[in-house]
Amino acid sequence: MYIIVVGAGKVGWNLARELLDKGHEVTLIESDRRRYLTVEQELEHNVSYGDASELWVLERAGIQRADMVIAVTGDDEDNMLICQVAKEKYLVDQIIARVNNPRNRRHFDLLGIKPSVSATDLILRLLEHEVPEYGLVHLLDLQEEQLEIIEMLLGKDSAVTGRRVGDLQMPEGSLLISVLREGKGFVPSADTVLEEGDEILAVLDPGKEEDLKVLFGPEGDGAGGSDES
Amino acid sequence: MFVLIVGCGRVGSSVARAMLREGHQVSCLDEDPESHARLEVGLEKSWEDLGGQFTVGAGLETEALEAAGIEGADVFIASTDGDNTNIVISQIAQKRYEVPTVIARVLDPLRAEWYQRQGLNTVCPTRVAIDMLEGAVREAGGRGASPDDTPAAAQEAGK
Repeated sequence: MYIIVVGAGKVGWNLARELLDKGHEVTLIESDRRRYLTVEQELEHNVSYGDASELWVLERAGIQRADMVIAVTGDDEDNMLICQVAKEKYLVDQIIARVNNPRNRRHFDLLGIKPSVSATDLILRLLEHEVPEYGLVHLLDLQEEQLEIIEMLLGKDSAVTGRRVGDLQMPEGSLLISVLREGKGFVPSADTVLEEGDEILAVLDPGKEEDLKVLFGPEGDGAGGSDES
Repeated sequence: MFVLIVGCGRVGSSVARAMLREGHQVSCLDEDPESHARLEVGLEKSWEDLGGQFTVGAGLETEALEAAGIEGADVFIASTDGDNTNIVISQIAQKRYEVPTVIARVLDPLRAEWYQRQGLNTVCPTRVAIDMLEGAVREAGGRGASPDDTPAAAQEAGK
C-alpha cells in the first residue's frame, strides 16, 4: 500500500517507521524545517518537507495514487482538513485522523472524518476500565451499524449472580455475547450460570445501557429484571 | 440582519464597524480580549453603547459560538488569521447551525477555489492581490513601455 502520513511528531515518526518495516511505501510530510531535518536523517527520502494543508504539497507527495492518508499533526483543524481534502478531492480510499482535543471530536464527525483516533479518549477508557463494578465500559461503537459493545463486571450483590443465562430477561435490542471468568472467555449457553466476578460482554442498540445496568446491577436497586415470583 | 464575525483583526473589525453603521445587529467573537479595543478605533462611543456585541472565545468552541449568538445569525463571517480555522468553523456554521449566508476568508488561492466549488463561499485576498498586481503590470505595458525601457536596454545604453 502507498500511505501518506502527515506530521512527524512522535506518533507520525514511529508510525512511518512501523509501516515501512511492514513493507509499505510511505511518505511522511512535516512542515517544521528543523524537525524535518532530524527525521530525514533516519527516514531519508521517505520524508517530505512542506505544509500538507496546501494542495500542491499533497500532490507533490503523490496523493493521487495514495491508498491511505493518516493525519496525526498536533493541530485538529489541520488533521480535519487534510483528511477532508484527501477523501473528497483526491478520492483516497482510507483516511485516519488524530483528534488532539476530544472536545473537537464532534467537528470531525460533522465533516465526515472517520475514523478519528483520540489518545485522550483511549486513556480515559483505560482508566474507566480500572473501576468497573456495574459501570459500563464502552469497548466499541459501531456508528455505521448503530451498535455498541460494552463490558460489565458482576459484583457479589448483582441481581443476576447464580442465575441461568436462559432465565435472564435481556432487554430487547441487546445480546449477551461472552463471559470472562478467571481470565478465560467463553460464549455462554442458556444453561450457563453467572457468577460473582464474571465480566460480561454484550452487544446492544444505542440507548439500551440503562436497561442493562438495571438488569445486571445490585439486587433491589431497580428490580433486577427478575422474572421469579 | 444579524451578522456574526469570528476573528476580529483588521479585516473583521472593519467589516463589523461598517455593518453596525449600516444598522445591522453585529456580534464579534475573538480569542484575544484586546481585539475589543481595535473594534472601537474611530468610534465616538463604546462598541456596546452603539449596540454591538463582543464575546471572548475560540471559534472552534461550540459554547463560544453559541454565546456569540450563532443560532440566530443570518450571516456568518470567518475572518481569523488561520485558513484552516476559517474553513472548519464556516463548515460548522453551515452544516451544524445552518446559517443562511456563510463567508470564509481563505488566503490560499488553491483551496479557496476548491472549497468555493464545494459550496462554501470563500473570499481570497491573495487572489485579489495577484489579479491587481498582474493588472497593474499589464496596464504599465499598455501605456507604451517601449523595448528601450527594459533593464537590459538601459544597461546597454549606459555603456
